Amino acid sequence: MRYAMAIDTKKCVGCSDCVVACQTENNVPHGYCRDWIVENVSGAYPIVEIELRSERCNHCENAPCVRCCPTGASHTVEGGIVMVTHDECIGCGACIQSCPYDARYSHPDGYVDKCTFCQHRLEKGQNTACVDVCPTKCLHFGDIEDPYSDVSLALKNRSWKVLAPEAGTKPQLYFLT
Amino acid sequence: MKEELFISGRDIPNIDPFLNIWHWQIPLYLYLGGIAAGIMFFAGLFTIMGKEKEMATTVKWAPFLVPIALVLGLFALFLDLKHEMYFWRLYTTVRMGSPMSWGAWTLMLVTPLSMIWSATYLKEAVPNWNWKFKLIEQTIGFFTKKRREMAWAMMFLAVVLGVYTGILLSAFNARPLWNTSILGPLFLVSGLSTGLATIIWMSKNKTERRIMSQIDIVLIAVELFLIVHLFMGFLSATAVQVEAAELFLGGQFTVTFWVFVVILGLAFPAVLEILELRGFHIPIWIPALLILFGGLVFRFVMVEAGQITRYLY
Repeated sequence: MRYAMAIDTKKCVGCSDCVVACQTENNVPHGYCRDWIVENVSGAYPIVEIELRSERCNHCENAPCVRCCPTGASHTVEGGIVMVTHDECIGCGACIQSCPYDARYSHPDGYVDKCTFCQHRLEKGQNTACVDVCPTKCLHFGDIEDPYSDVSLALKNRSWKVLAPEAGTKPQLYFLT
Repeated sequence: MKEELFISGRDIPNIDPFLNIWHWQIPLYLYLGGIAAGIMFFAGLFTIMGKEKEMATTVKWAPFLVPIALVLGLFALFLDLKHEMYFWRLYTTVRMGSPMSWGAWTLMLVTPLSMIWSATYLKEAVPNWNWKFKLIEQTIGFFTKKRREMAWAMMFLAVVLGVYTGILLSAFNARPLWNTSILGPLFLVSGLSTGLATIIWMSKNKTERRIMSQIDIVLIAVELFLIVHLFMGFLSATAVQVEAAELFLGGQFTVTFWVFVVILGLAFPAVLEILELRGFHIPIWIPALLILFGGLVFRFVMVEAGQITRYLY
């Protein structure tokens, strides 16, 4: 089993509903967020193009944050989800430095926090909060090793990219282009 | 084609707009670790060479600074932790993939070793010193006989410590400025050089200072060569590393780096040391202070600039 997410950049309108849903679901402290919207504008006026991306932790297969963690607080659980055990984290910041996606932050309580793919919801057979709330249905989630999962079907007939593949992290967020 | 990137809905402290999660504590810790490594390396080296008498400052007196530097450095590291009451978690596991983990374990070996080393010379430093307890007296006596073995361990661990201060940064693939294997040797040589500067400053013996100045000139030459090599590597690498190098070649760190680190911290003190060896009278604290200051600035610049560099996507 390997959880992954596909984000349809053609459907995303950048409403930030996923951001708010995550903050509410996971009690993210004020001023912080585990997922966020990137607007990438390219071209020269008047011919410009915009790409909207809902980004979060990539739950990398080759996660540098897990490798560099000195205490083992950052670890990978079933389904390839990268998690942080709060009472093992010393708050040294090594994982924050190691992440090419800047997906981690230092929680005001001291430990490092990040997207968990809503593991507590997955255990109950639910989707992640951001996927459920998306008004344009541009987020697809599921087991990428299952050919009939939502994410696998979304990737099937579309071209996609991952972010910074040259970093060698094997990220698990796929952006449909 | 112009490309612009907007990140909306995110303004996390110390992450946006630029990563700035490590502040003064980390460079200070790397600096003190480097000095400690430098002093320990030469104390070990000249003990093995049997020069305790001729090089008394190097072997006996300068090492008294090592435990102080290490404890201060560790305290700075402790202050950097955001979840500090859990710091002991470092010592409940060994994680070979994490430089911070094996660095923590190295310090766990180095700090007591440096304390024992100084303890064996305490009676020479303070003639009336009394250990009061027989057991301590005997233990110290035991280690006094084992100085040569300790010297080997110190040399080895000093190299590990010195390289570690660089590898701690270079292991981060996500920060292109740090992600170069040359950082390990560069920080080691810089650490040895700052350690030497401390010894030269402390020493009252002319011959000792002369030998140390000669070694220091060689180290500075190696360091300058490694810095040139560092930039050659960046400029012939990927776009993100070229951009990282440009922070120092016209970017915001250009003046700090080339003036305070390269010219005032390396080249100028080397010239002063050469002139002194040629017989000019130059107060020894001037080149020593410049080297020590340059080493400090070097670490601050590298830590600060490295955090700005990132992958583009």
